[in-house]
This record gives sequence, C-alpha cells and structure tokens, in this order.
Amino acid sequence: MIFQNVVWTLVLVGMGLVAVGFIYVVAQAGKPADEVATRKSTHTAHVLQAWLFAVLLVGFVAGSWATLHRFPIPPQHAELGAPQVVEVVGRQWSWQITPDTVQAGSTVEFRVTSADVNHGFAIYAPDGRIVAQTQAMPGFTNKLLYAFRQPGTYTVQCLEYCGLAHAPMRTTIQVVAPGGK
Amino acid sequence: MASLTLYPDDERLAGGERAAFNLYLISALALFVLMMLVGLTMRMAQAKWLSVPPNLFYELLSMHGAGMVGTMALATTAVMWFFLRKYVRLHLWAFVANYVLFMLGAVCIILSIFVGGYGALWTFLYPLPVRGMGLWTSDTAALFMLGYLLIGVGSLLFYLDGAAGIIKVHGNLGRALGLPWLFGGKIDPAHPKAVVAGTMVIIANSLGILAGAVVLVMSLINIFYPTVLLNALVAKNLIYWFGHMYINATIYMGVIAVYELLPRYSGKPYPVSRPFLWSWAVSTLFVIIVFPHHLLMDFAQPRWLAIIGQVVSWGAGFPVFVVTAYGALSNINRSGMRWTMPSRLMVLSVFGWAAGIVPAIMDGTIRINLVMHNTQWVPGHFHFYLLLGVLAMVLALMFHEIGSRAHAPPNSGADKLGFPIYLVGGLIFVFAFLDAGHLSVPRRMAEHLDAWTPTDRLGSIGAILVVLAMLYFAVRITVGLLRAPRLGASGVRAQDAAG
Ligand code: HEM
Ligand SMILES: [Cu+2]
Repeated sequence: MIFQNVVWTLVLVGMGLVAVGFIYVVAQAGKPADEVATRKSTHTAHVLQAWLFAVLLVGFVAGSWATLHRFPIPPQHAELGAPQVVEVVGRQWSWQITPDTVQAGSTVEFRVTSADVNHGFAIYAPDGRIVAQTQAMPGFTNKLLYAFRQPGTYTVQCLEYCGLAHAPMRTTIQVVAPGGK
Repeated sequence: MASLTLYPDDERLAGGERAAFNLYLISALALFVLMMLVGLTMRMAQAKWLSVPPNLFYELLSMHGAGMVGTMALATTAVMWFFLRKYVRLHLWAFVANYVLFMLGAVCIILSIFVGGYGALWTFLYPLPVRGMGLWTSDTAALFMLGYLLIGVGSLLFYLDGAAGIIKVHGNLGRALGLPWLFGGKIDPAHPKAVVAGTMVIIANSLGILAGAVVLVMSLINIFYPTVLLNALVAKNLIYWFGHMYINATIYMGVIAVYELLPRYSGKPYPVSRPFLWSWAVSTLFVIIVFPHHLLMDFAQPRWLAIIGQVVSWGAGFPVFVVTAYGALSNINRSGMRWTMPSRLMVLSVFGWAAGIVPAIMDGTIRINLVMHNTQWVPGHFHFYLLLGVLAMVLALMFHEIGSRAHAPPNSGADKLGFPIYLVGGLIFVFAFLDAGHLSVPRRMAEHLDAWTPTDRLGSIGAILVVLAMLYFAVRITVGLLRAPRLGASGVRAQDAAG
C-alpha cells in the first residue's frame, strides 16, 4: 500500500464531505422558509453545529495521538545506533553521498548537511514515489532514519529550491539485498 | 433592518475616497491578470508546451510569488478599509500612503528581478540571496529586500491608523476582539465583525511584519558585511513566521467582505455570536504560532516546535469549519437567496477556503509532510484557498461595488458564463497540482521529467480557463468602477435583491 494513496483518499473524502455540505445548502438556498420552519431549522443548525464540533474534536484528539505518540522524527542529539551510516553533503549543485550503496532490510542513518545554501534531501523509490526526506541546511546536520525494504536504484532529488540547477540536482543510491555487496 | 440594506449610505464613496478605492482595485485587477499570465507561462513550461530557460523560469517564479502575495495583500487591504471605515475613523492619507509605498516597493522588486536577474523567490531564504552563483548580485538581492521593507512599512502605517481608530472607539484591542464576552455577558449584537477581524489582522500581521523586518535587516547586514553570518535556522523561522502571517492575513482581511455582504444578499441577519468571537480569538493565537509547520523537515528544530506546528495546524481547522463555513451555510440555507455575481462568489470563496485547508491540514501532519513537503501538493492547497477562496472574496466585493454604481447586483449573461469557467478552470488547475503532489512531483522546478507532464498539461488547461475568466472579470469590473458614482438615496434593499 502506497502511503501517498492513503493520504490522497483521505483528502478526497474530506473535501468531498465539505463539497456535499455546500451543494446541499446551495440547492436549498433558493427556497425561502416560512417563520416556523426558520425557527425550527435555526434550532437544528445549532444542534448540528455542536455535533460537528464534537466529531471534529474526537478526530483531532485521536488523530494527534495516533500520529504523534511515536514521534516520526528521530532524536537529533542522541546516538541512534543504526547498523548503517551514510554521510550526505549537498552543495550548489551536486550531492556527495558516502557510501552510496546500502543494504535493504536494516536501518540506515543519513547524516545530512549542506556546504552552502538550503537543499532538500529526498529519496525517491524506483517507482517514482518519495519515501523519506529531510532538509540539508548549512550549519546543521539532520539525522534521518530509513530502512529500505526493496533493493533497487533509488534517486536522491533536491527538494528545496537552491538556484539555477536545482531541478537537475539529483543522483542515485544503490540498495542491495541484505548481506550483498 | 438597516443592516440589510444592499447599498447603505454609509458605504458610499465620496471624492478622494472613491479615487483611492478605484486605484486600489483597478491596480489589483491589472496585477492579478499579469501575474496569472506569468503563472500560466510557468505551468506551460513545466508541461513542455513552452520553452523557458531555467534562469527566466525562476525569475518568473520570484515575480509570481512576490507579485501574487503582494497584490492579494493590496486588494484585501482595500476590502478591510472599505468596511472598517464605517465603524472607526480611518485617515485617507494612511490608505493612500500604503498604496504609494506598495508601488515603490513593487518597482524595486520588478527592477531587481528583471534587470538584476534576482531569482531567490519570494521567500528569500537565507543564504540563497547572497549566493546567486553569478545570476544575480548581492546588491540585486538588497534591492529586492528594500522593496519588501517599503511594502511592509506601508502595511504597518495602515494598521497603525486602523489600531488608533479602533482603540478610540472600543478602548483597547482586546475589547474590539470581543474578549470580555468569551465567557459570558451580553454580547452587543451590533458589534461589527469587521472590527473583530480587522483587529485580529492588525495584531497578527503587525507581529509578522516586524519578524519580517528583523530578518530583512539581518539579511541586509549580511549582504553589506559578509563576515556577519546568520544562523540559517533562525533566519528560516523568522522568514516563515513573516511569510505565513502575511499571506494568511489576506484571508482574514478578505473574509470581512463575506461577513458584511452575505446577509445582505441572503436577507437573513448574521450577527456576532459567542462561537464567532471564540473562533477569532483562537485564530489570532493560532495564526501567530502555527508557522513551524513550514519547518517540519528541519529536524534540527526543537521537537516541541514541530509538535506545535502540527497540533495548531489541525486546530486551525475548527474556526474555519465549525464557525465560518458552517455559519455562512446556515445563513444562506433556505434564505430565498437569488444568485448574482457577488453571492455566487461569496459562497465559492467560503467553499474554497474550507475545502482548501483539508489538504493543508494533511500537509501540516509530520508523518505526511515526510512525503508531501515541497511537492506540488503545496501549491495545490494554497492555490485552492487563494484562488478559489480569497480572490473570490475580493471579486465579490468588486462586483458588489459595481452593482452599487449600477443600482443592481451584476448578473449579465456573460457573468453567468464567466463564473462557471472560473470555477471549473480553477478546480482543474488546483486538482492537477494536488494530484501531482500525490505522485511526488516536486514544486519549484523549471524542468520536469516526462513522467510528470500529464498533470502539468491538465493544470495548464485549467489555468487557461482561469485566465480567460479573470480577463473578462477585470475588464467588466474596471468599466463598472469607472462609471459615474451613484446619486441620491440608496434604493435597493435586501428584499429586492433576495426576491
Ligand atoms: C491562473 C492562475 C494561476 C496560475 C496559472 C498560477 C501558476 C503557478 C505556478 C505554475 C506556480 C509554481 C508551481 C511550482 O512550484 O511548481 C505558482 C506558485 C505560486 N503561486 Fe500561483 N498561479 C495562479 C494564481 C495564483 C494566485 C491567485 C495566487 C495568490 C495569491 C498565487 C500565488 C502563488 C504563490 C505564493 C506561489 C509560490 C511561489 C514559490 O514557490 O515561491 N498564484 N503559481
Ligand atoms: Cu535544490
């Protein structure tokens, strides 16, 4: 299951719900209500509003917990102890990645920095989807953990605008089967 | 029900006011059309239907970003001024000074881009402006920043004048926001929403502009004394604090038009309520502290800031969904509203805002940001609420105003055609961006891979429709604004308009 497809589905559902609300009301807007109906619908509107608030609140609390209780960004000031470490330096306009071959199946710690301006270190899977990213920033080293599941040729693409040759600022990482070289 | 008069007398524009307002609106329309053509050029270059060399592409991107954000600020400032002046005393000189400083700043920006070759985008992210690699010089970058400073000073002048006017009437900004009524007390039903929203914008955006001024001055010092280095992370925080607030302030200025005008077209009153005051109080806080969601991929950032970025992004949905969108919908529900250009555009604008923040909130989630950050998902969501949201608010007031001069809400055959073209074109355009983000297409790239061109082409087609509709709107509104001002008593009442 591709993560982006899950997000896309959620967003389409969310926007669809908003759209349904608007279409429903717009369809009704031209039909004036009499006094009694207005009073009744004002009451219903308040009840519905409270429900909307409550439902969103539950979603807010549950969603925040689900997405944050295991914090998605590794601690930056601790030893991460990953079995593989890769040093990454971005500069206008190339990547220096050592080593540029890693093994699938175990975690890789990318230590990402920049020699000049801000760059974005994004890893694209062979199918063209982003699997992880972090910023490459001058004066800082960002540590990104990622475990490749499939061997193959992954693309590193700069994802923070850095001047003229930002778009072609890409290179590859080889991911080999566990134990292979 | 005086408040439901469609064209009340206290909104009529006299001599100098009318000239200034026309100047704002007509300049904004011209700039919107020009910037859209710039945008279309970029989209068609990505689609490989046009060939644009990368240095020019990034100049155009810098122009489009700075130009659109600036123009939106200019236009929504006119919206805020138009309504706020009914409730507090605003000085025309401050309104005009803002215009003059804006135009001076715009000249600096245009010169720096098209003469100096500046291409470090509207976000001037340190240290890129001083590392143009031969394409532009540091002096060019300084000229660009000077342009921002001039525009910022203009905004601050306008806000200071507004703050003084509000304080004179309401005592202090907290009372103007309605804070004393949050936990009880009888809310004054005549407390103007324009004052609540205006106060929020004045507080939040003044802070944002000050943050911008600090980082601009720091960057200028670095330009002229290159040995003084800045902390790149601090600079980034300040830039996004400023940038986020500045562009979001346009929504909060623009929405005043909806609060003021919607009840006149629906014929149903739309007074302040406790949820409304709560929503503006929390929005004031949220808009000030939500900016760390732009730095979720800066792992060096303290963890608590990233958490604030996510949690506040999610929280920011409540005021929009539960209060603004819901309130607008209950206001028009079964109201017997007749559809004319202002009413159509207002409903579209609230939809654009509410629907557009769904993908924005998603992107504010750290886990999702790990794969969506800096993809075209981002222009997807912000074009959604800027193009279909804020611009529609601005257009609604413009159409309303030309209606007031013609004594009836505009609703010609051509209008009825222009609106769906704008709507459909806009939806195609933004969904093409969102789908591209879903497919991991990066944003801000002059050269796209062949695999990415299908969404680029779809987006270009949508953009062409938007440009056509906007061109028509711009001509139609300009002609309407230049007509003689209406005379005599305000004849048309809400009931006539509502039918
Ligand atoms: C027909 C209408 C429009 C078209 C065709 C258009 C096109 C574009 C394109 C192609 C980009 C670059 C996308 C990328 O990063 O790959 C862009 C970015 C942007 N647009 Fe638009 N746009 C339009 C309307 C607007 C409006 C109404 C606004 C609002 C105020 C706006 C504000 C921006 C901003 C702030 C950026 C970001 C610039 C940056 O990345 O530095 N655009 N637009
Ligand atoms: Cu780059």
